[in-house]
Amino acid sequence: MTTTDTGGPQSALPTPSHTVGPFYGHALPFRGGEDIAPLGHPDSVTVHGYVYDGEGRPLPDALLEVWGPDPEGRVPTADGSMRRDPASGGFLGRNGVEFTGFGRVQTDADGHWYVRTLRPRARGRSAPYLGVCVFARGLLVHLFTRIYLPDDGTVLASDPLLSRLAADRRDTLVAGAEGEGTYRFDIRLQGEGETVFLEFQ
Amino acid sequence: MTDVLTQADIDEEIAAAHAAYEKRVADGAPVEHHPRRDYRPYRSSVLRHPRQPLVAIDVSQDPELIELSSPAFGERDITEVDNDLTRQHTGEPIGERITVSGRLLDRDGRPVRGQLVEIWQANAAGRYAHRREQHDAPLDPHFTGVGRTLTDTDGHYRFTTVRPGPYPWRNHVGAWRPAHIHFSVFGSAFTQRLVTQMYFPHDPLFPYDPILQSVTDDAARQRLVAAYDHSLSVPEFSLGYRWDIVLDGPRATWTEEGR
Ligand SMILES: [Fe+3]
Repeated sequence: MTTTDTGGPQSALPTPSHTVGPFYGHALPFRGGEDIAPLGHPDSVTVHGYVYDGEGRPLPDALLEVWGPDPEGRVPTADGSMRRDPASGGFLGRNGVEFTGFGRVQTDADGHWYVRTLRPRARGRSAPYLGVCVFARGLLVHLFTRIYLPDDGTVLASDPLLSRLAADRRDTLVAGAEGEGTYRFDIRLQGEGETVFLEFQ
Repeated sequence: MTDVLTQADIDEEIAAAHAAYEKRVADGAPVEHHPRRDYRPYRSSVLRHPRQPLVAIDVSQDPELIELSSPAFGERDITEVDNDLTRQHTGEPIGERITVSGRLLDRDGRPVRGQLVEIWQANAAGRYAHRREQHDAPLDPHFTGVGRTLTDTDGHYRFTTVRPGPYPWRNHVGAWRPAHIHFSVFGSAFTQRLVTQMYFPHDPLFPYDPILQSVTDDAARQRLVAAYDHSLSVPEFSLGYRWDIVLDGPRATWTEEGR
């Protein structure tokens, strides 16, 4: 297939974003979406938390996507996050062997979510983090943020993003260690302790 | 905030937001292709948008950012009938069959290949197959309203479905959503992620809908409306609609072949 550069830079105007609305629940979530780590992998971590609105109420209808590198810092290239059964059309779940690096989870009725994935290793000049994309009813354009793991303070201090944030804002991007490879990361969409959200340019 | 919010109240807010945008642009502000997250006529946004400015990340400073890559999806992630929403049950769904097709492109107009496109929609009566759905229009046992496909080597996608009905919602008294299909799309970079909605041409509900009107730029809003395309219509079977999707957001241009 020939690739033709038809336009030059920025020749196509973007399709506007819209909210995910309230009714994505029978379409986007998939079985095992939150269980990204291969079964029994020794380098697994669990990250969990709540998503809150501007009045501190948890959102029962938010959807998070998590995307991160493997423990060697490589970009995962395996597909199969949402492996399907060709007979029934249903979701088979991941194969428990390959690491796709991608997870999708909706908050439960209490606004709580979790993912189990592999511990990301640093890439480039950044400290280790998981990329996150937040969707919700009421949110007209998704929001990007990052989950930094707290274990190495020196590495965090030299991270190009964290190092240019005020301390209180920076802390919203660093998960809290709860021991046994479990971390807490709450997302506040608005108001006190508002999470730092990112714009890629 | 008043207890009973009428369409007239919402119309006024929509007009004010539109006028404010036109004035900003006239005064030299850049065109806004996307809604503002604090678009008040859509009431659910009020407590769910950040008040702090977003923190900018210049991706050219670090090609290793994980957000410059994207998760992989493949043949294992879809089944044969995923892009035909009329064949996912034992019987035929009720409604007007349609073919929806277009290309997935980046801001340079280049095709985005092999990426996942997911859709969901109400049935022909305007009812979602979702437990939380309160609208008492009939469910269709032969229609779930969920589809998936991967874009081909030219960036094309194609779905066969039925035209969704409009449905009421509780933003204000008498709120109705124009008929639409929800789309979720991945690009070659996570930064290009897009969730949006496709509309049908000439829907009389457009001016009343605070979700569509949250895109205050007239030209940008038009890009959410599919075009009837007779060449996509399948004789004796379906009517065709064309809708191209252009992904915003930076990507890793230095890894592109031939550059
Ligand atoms: Fe909808």
